[in-house]
Amino acid sequence: MKRRNLLKGIGMGSLGLLGFSTKAPAAELLHPFALELDKKDPIFEQFGRTEDEKKRDAKLFAEQFFTKSEMKTITVLVDIILPRDARSGSASEAGVPEFIEFMAKDRPDELQTPLRGGLRWLDHQAIARFGKIFTDIHAAQRIEIVDDIAYPGKEKPGMSQGVSFFNLMRNLTASGFWSSKMGIEDIGYQGNVPNQWDGVPEDVQRQYGLL
Amino acid sequence: MHGSNLNPPILLHMSGIFPFFPLLNFLEMMSDFQIKAQAETYDVIIIGSGAGGGMAAYELTKAGAKVCLLEAGQHFDPADPQYITQLKWAYQSPRRGASTRNRPFGDFDAAYGGWDIEGEPYTTKGNTRFRWFRSRMLGGRTNHWGRISLRFGPQDFKRRSIDGLGEDWPIAYEDVAPFYDEVDRLIGVFGSVENLPNDPDSIFLPPPKPRLHELMLMKSNKRIGVTTIPSRLSILTKKINDERGVCFYCSQCGRACMAYADFSSSSCLCKPALKTNNLEIRYFAMAREVLTDAQTGLATGVSYVDKQTMEEKTVKGKIVVLAASACESARLLLNSKSARFPEGLANSSGVVGKYLHDSTGASRGGIVPALFDRKRYNEDGVGGMHVYSPWWLDNKKLDFPRGYHIEYWGGFDMPAYGFGWGIEEENGLFPGRDGKPKPAGGYGAGLKDDYRRFYGAYIGMAGRGEAVAREDNYCEIDPNKVDKYGIPVLRFHYNWSDYERLQAKHMHDTFEQIMHEMGAVPLGKKPGPEDEYGLNLPGEIIHEVGTIRMGKDPKKSALNQWQQAHDVKNLFVVDAAPFVSQGDKNCTWTILALSMRASRHIADLRKSGQI
Repeated sequence: MKRRNLLKGIGMGSLGLLGFSTKAPAAELLHPFALELDKKDPIFEQFGRTEDEKKRDAKLFAEQFFTKSEMKTITVLVDIILPRDARSGSASEAGVPEFIEFMAKDRPDELQTPLRGGLRWLDHQAIARFGKIFTDIHAAQRIEIVDDIAYPGKEKPGMSQGVSFFNLMRNLTASGFWSSKMGIEDIGYQGNVPNQWDGVPEDVQRQYGLL
Repeated sequence: MHGSNLNPPILLHMSGIFPFFPLLNFLEMMSDFQIKAQAETYDVIIIGSGAGGGMAAYELTKAGAKVCLLEAGQHFDPADPQYITQLKWAYQSPRRGASTRNRPFGDFDAAYGGWDIEGEPYTTKGNTRFRWFRSRMLGGRTNHWGRISLRFGPQDFKRRSIDGLGEDWPIAYEDVAPFYDEVDRLIGVFGSVENLPNDPDSIFLPPPKPRLHELMLMKSNKRIGVTTIPSRLSILTKKINDERGVCFYCSQCGRACMAYADFSSSSCLCKPALKTNNLEIRYFAMAREVLTDAQTGLATGVSYVDKQTMEEKTVKGKIVVLAASACESARLLLNSKSARFPEGLANSSGVVGKYLHDSTGASRGGIVPALFDRKRYNEDGVGGMHVYSPWWLDNKKLDFPRGYHIEYWGGFDMPAYGFGWGIEEENGLFPGRDGKPKPAGGYGAGLKDDYRRFYGAYIGMAGRGEAVAREDNYCEIDPNKVDKYGIPVLRFHYNWSDYERLQAKHMHDTFEQIMHEMGAVPLGKKPGPEDEYGLNLPGEIIHEVGTIRMGKDPKKSALNQWQQAHDVKNLFVVDAAPFVSQGDKNCTWTILALSMRASRHIADLRKSGQI
């Protein structure tokens, strides 16, 4: 309720009249407030959903597609793709496995078989080479398999399906990581706040010979 | 309508399968079928609340008419928290802003509906692949567009006189110019005075300064003679009245503005029209047909289905104004058959549904290596591009008859679903920071760094051109299918010709020239004749016009120059259906000006007692 009152309070009138003739007040009013909201409401009610959309998202959240074992493999894979480094945490720390689980339910025709089948393909490779499923082999052994499917155009015969699966995992991991709070901070996106755009900063114009 | 939605990331997710409801199910459902008539007779009934309907409601209620507005969707107000998607973070959406069936342009897009609406199918004929975008909500499709607000030029009304194709309009630029002026003042549009011959200037608010890639494009396009000027968007960079706020540069017009700083019919026309107390809006009202008097042949009202209760209802009015969109309005007329009007209403000419044309579209993306590892700053700006290229060449010297404009995309967008998608086709093209070539794809810290390096270095461009209106591109009533309300659905027949294919070929040649000149590397494959030079499917640009065209000759047109039916004097059409030709412009600003013009004429006719 607090959210609604506050937003109403800064609704049309104040946004238009006091907000944006001078830049600071609007930014102070809106931004911290928007962040505070995130913690309070269930995620699927936070962003202007229609009644049908709320119902559908609630239904998807209530379902579980991947098994525990599959989620474990996904977690290992996304952290191989985007590991923790000096700038930010790993894909699993940014919630990427949960995002992939949601997308598989949101886009069943597009994603469920390629993902489930790809995970099976990976386990089959691990068993054939090392006698155990992917999550049970050593880190070095995992990398040995990943190296065979991570470089499209350079793969050995028989590996092309694995390459397709890894491309999909790489792309989903990138989407999930960089659109997370951690990823947005890492990549340095500075927008999504009330602002006054006054053109390209002078030093940047100079850097590119545009002054 | 969708401006630069080139952002490759948002991948369309479509089932491509339309639910067809057999008539039998429908009849079973309607066991307590009854028609509810209401006693009141309105001065005017308007069907549809988009640009044309909103403007008619605004003008006619202001002139004192009692108006009933039928909207097939729900209420919407971007300042009401329950609808707000603006300033939300990507991670507030569990799908990170990915598209859904209901929001094909992404989970934060303001428009509800899309290409494939539950229970509201459409069909195609022969090898036609047509796609029809609809928004079921107050303001209709004005909640989804790039706010590109271009006047048609003098030549755009007289194309037949210039190239012998299609028809001339029954009016000229001079007839519309005063209404363009009024729309500029009422709604607001930014831009720059350029004095170009066929891209008339509006009464402009100040344009935002270009972004980095836009400055680079302006510089390099100048060398190759591609005119590149500030864009013309209906976004308020200055205060124009007390009802609307000013742009705060979040780049999210597509999500609809809580400060009403961008134009949508709901925020800028329907809302003030309601304040007159002369407007009643009926939501979830799916129009079935326009009712007529068998004796006089005049329109008497509209029958519609209340989507929430599934009741059949009628509303009576002295004047009926169609503004349901070019195709939906044609569908209504074709479905309004009676003994007196066996071919559908206002269709003695047989042109209703014909001459359907959408803008052409083709696009290409690229990457600018000079922009790798850019310095970060807030580059959001307004929603969409800050510069564009109006048509700059002479078709007499080219192998295709009509022009196009180019929209541009690039910069630091908020990462969302699709971010970094397809990097395996990009990161092998460029050496790493150490100057050594890298294999494509990969994983680990090196890959993580590639995304950072490439962020903000992508650009894209899209051509939006004029197609030639042809009799054999049309929509008609499908003889075999109805929607879930039992209303016969539209069937589309539409194919591109060499006029459009050669134009798209020229677009792609130009895109490569532009990218080469600015030092960008084009991504993906340049399309060729085998894929129609990358032309978007008809319908996909969401600029359908022409289906109930105006003209001087009642045998070759359905409406006169006031958008009044030749056959039914109290019936008007104010969406893009009356357009004779499309122009290489987006159609919204012209819909608004023409709807204002037609509405003033209706008010005059009412005053003088002629209807």
